[in-house]
Parts: sequence; C-alpha cells; structure tokens
Amino acid sequence: MTSTVELASVSRWYGNVVAVNDITLTVGPGVTGLLGPNGAGKTTVLHMIAGLLRPSQGTLAVGGAPSWRNPEVYRRLGLVTEHEGVPGFLTAWEFVLVNAKLHRLPHPEAATRRALDIVELGDAERRRISTYSKGMRQRTRVAAALVHDPAVLVLDEPFNGMDPRQRLHMMDLLHRMADDGRTILFSSHILEEVEQLSGIVQVIVAGRLAASGDYRHIRRLMTTRPHVFVIQSSDDRRLGTVLMNQGSVSGVELVPDTGLQVRANDYGTFTRALARAARDADIRLTGVLPSDESLEDVFSYLVAQ
Amino acid sequence: MNLTIATLTARALFGRRRVLLLVPMPALLITLTLIARSTPADLDDWGPIVFGQLGLAVVLPLTALIIGSSVLGLEIEDGTITYLLTKPLPRHEIVLSKLAVAWGVTTLAAAVPIAVAGLLTGSAALAAGLAIGATVAALAYSAVFLALSLLTRRPVAVGLVYIILWENLLTNFIGGTRVLSIRQYAASIAEWIADTRWLPANLAPATALILAALIAVAATAGATTRLRSFSLAGETS
Repeated sequence: MTSTVELASVSRWYGNVVAVNDITLTVGPGVTGLLGPNGAGKTTVLHMIAGLLRPSQGTLAVGGAPSWRNPEVYRRLGLVTEHEGVPGFLTAWEFVLVNAKLHRLPHPEAATRRALDIVELGDAERRRISTYSKGMRQRTRVAAALVHDPAVLVLDEPFNGMDPRQRLHMMDLLHRMADDGRTILFSSHILEEVEQLSGIVQVIVAGRLAASGDYRHIRRLMTTRPHVFVIQSSDDRRLGTVLMNQGSVSGVELVPDTGLQVRANDYGTFTRALARAARDADIRLTGVLPSDESLEDVFSYLVAQ
Repeated sequence: MNLTIATLTARALFGRRRVLLLVPMPALLITLTLIARSTPADLDDWGPIVFGQLGLAVVLPLTALIIGSSVLGLEIEDGTITYLLTKPLPRHEIVLSKLAVAWGVTTLAAAVPIAVAGLLTGSAALAAGLAIGATVAALAYSAVFLALSLLTRRPVAVGLVYIILWENLLTNFIGGTRVLSIRQYAASIAEWIADTRWLPANLAPATALILAALIAVAATAGATTRLRSFSLAGETS
C-alpha cells in the first residue's frame, strides 16, 4: 500500500532523554488521531514519519519506503507542521504555486487552483499571508501540503488556535480527504477534537503507545474503570437498590428526568447481570444507554495509569 | 539550480530590512575613493588602505556574511525551511540554488562597488583585477557562510570570528594561515591582474584560484550533507 505508514519498534532519544519509546503502529487510509498530553512525543513521532528526524532505533516506512534521508517519499507525503512557517510576503496563491513548482507538477497552476479550492480561502488567496488570521494561515499550509495530491497527509496539532467554526471546517476537510482514500494522521492534545473526527486513535503517553484502535473499543478494554450507563425503567428507585447488590456495580444515582445513572466496573458482567436482576425484581427496563464517554475520560484514565 | 528556489530566496532577501545593511559599506568605499582622489596623495599610499584594508578585508567578507548566512539561515530560524525540505528535490539542488543567489547578490553588493571604486582611480586594470578577485572570493565566502548557517546556530558570530581573528589578525603573524584566508585569494588574484604590488597578497594567482575553488566545493558538499540529515526537533527536545 502506498498510503500506509508503518512504525516498528521505533524509539527516539535526545541525549539521555527518551522522547519516543518503542512504538509499533500501522496507520492506514482514513482519519487517525495521535493523542497525548503536551510533551508526550507526538511531534517527534510525526517528524520521524515525515523524514525530518532519524529514529534512534527501529524501522519506519511510508508506503513501504523509509522516509529518513529519502526525499522521494515527499511525492506521496504531505506535512503540516505545528508552528507557522509561511513566508508572509507571499500571497496564498503564490505560496501554494511555489510548492506545486517545487514538486515539479506538470500543471502547477491547475494543481494550485484545486488545492486552494479545497481549503476555500476565497478572495483572500490574493492577499499577502502576513494579513491572514491563524486559521487562514493554517488552511494555506494545508493547501500547500495537499497540492501534489499526497496519499498520506500528516498534520501536527492542526486545530490549535482555531475558533470553533474554523475547526469544524477543517474537520470536514479532513474527512472529505479521507473519503477519497487518503491516510490522514493528525496529532492533538485536545481529546474532543479526535472524538468528533475519528474513531481510530493512537494514544501516546510519556513516549509510549498507551492505547491503540477504535476509542470505544479501547474504552471497553479498560474494564477496571467505571463505565457509566443511563437506565430508564418502570421503577428507577427500586431498580437502584437492586443494582447496588450487584458486584459489578460501584455506584447508583437517581437523576431527575433522566433516569438512573449507574457506574459499573465491568462492561460485560454488568450488562448480563442487569437484565437478570431486572427480570427477577419484576422491573421493566425501558431504556439502557451506555453514556458516550468523552475521550477526555479515556485519556485522563490512561494518563493516571 | 532551481529557479523557483532562487527567485523566492532573492525575494525573501530583498524583502527584509537586513538588506539595508548592505548599503552603507559600498557607499563609504566609493566616497573615500572620491575624497582620496581629490587630494594630492599618491595612489600607492591610500590604495592599500581603501582597497586592501577596507574593500577586500571588510566590505567584501561582511557583505558575504550578511547574505550567505541569510539565504538558508533565516528559513531555518523561522521554520519556513520545512516547505523546502518536504519536497522530492535532491538536497544539492537546494544548496546550489541558495549559493547562486548568495554569490550573485554578494557580487552585486560588494564586488561591483569595489570595482567601481577601482575604476575611479582611472585604472581599468585595477578595476578588472578587483572585480575578478572579489567575485572569485565572493563565491568562496558565500559557500563557507552558507555552510556555517547549517552547521551552527550562530553563523554570524562564527563568521565574524573567522573574518576578524583569522583573516585580519592571524594572517599578519602566522604566514601559513594565509593559505586558508579567502581575503588572500581575492588580493592575490587582483594584484596579478592589476599588476600592482601594494595589495598585501602572498599567494601565486593559480594557487589562489585553486584554493578558492576547493573551499567553495568543500563547503557546498558539507552543506549538502548536512541538509540531507537536517533534523527538525520536536517539542520534547
């Protein structure tokens, strides 16, 4: 696959400091979020993928080829770094066109038009970049990274400093690109961003891969942490007392107008026990909703581990 | 040579205030020449000071330093280097394009004014000698200072140490250091063409030419190797 990013036992250290510790992961087409608190090593991982940093150990490949000291990899890879590095004296049109020419695209003007249409800068594209808002600069950089239609797009904290509307726009953009079969890998330390964007997450904590996969799946794997369910029944108060006797339940709360909020220790055991307990007590369940845990919860749980 | 890179580099260079630093030095050189010419003093007396100690020893290397350390150095500083690095371009193409701009602008901003000052003395041979000597030296200087911007975070400081300590002090006391002094190449070539004796030059013109070329090639190769393994550290570094 030309669009697959593969890391095998990749580590990176700076002197005595280990920034990335033995990470193995594969990122395929679609949107993937690389998650972790600041300083977890996200940027180091992305820079290694983008060939701007040599892995101290392990192997790393983009579309089957190493990216370190291999400029050819940029034919299928685009990178948007975290910090703004755009020559402010150029207009967005000029900057994207320069990128198209540096890629030696056969029709640089047409490619520039296409890339700028994707990010929708409007009339501003003919204005100097130094007059842009942060979100506009970010979109300019995305357009520049997209101009050669790369199979893999790597974005470091793309939502940083964006207002909610710009954020929504960018998310929509990333999804559309992923729908075209591209591999989109972005980093974030704000978990809501990922939750709205993507089901697949790679969580990095202190340089290690703490969790990997669909975030709901990861959540289910963490059985020791309470899961929250909202339950409606014919008799919430009585159901509450019944459930408190269940070993898999650690807490029950009556929430007016909502129902019974139950914290369970074990996802599987609780869901089986619930049905049995309700039937035995002759209580009719009218609704059982696993409350959609936010990634913030998942994340703080992982960090605490 | 990549025209897109060269054009953008030139635009970036002339778009900054730093470029204004280049104006006073040639202006001073030409003004001094005009003043000296209007006095009864002999060219053999003031020539070595204006052309040797000011033109070739100060104006040329400082101009080359300001430009050579900027063409790639400023992009490294402000992070715009990334858009250049993430392109399927051979790294020597990036370095050579930057070098071409640095050399061209240094020649325009230093070698040409020095030659014009030489012409004001009424000697076409002196003007030609200075022009060619300074242009050759401009290439070597540009290559070295461009390489410095990749090898150190303080290319200007390191470059100044080379110009002041090595070229202007050590060469006065230790003869051997002249072999690695770009200023000596410029002076030797200029003296040979102009057929003067008063520029402080100590090398055979052929030796000067070969050494200048060798230094330019070595510095460019070094810069290319360094750029090939250019690392962009992450937040944890």
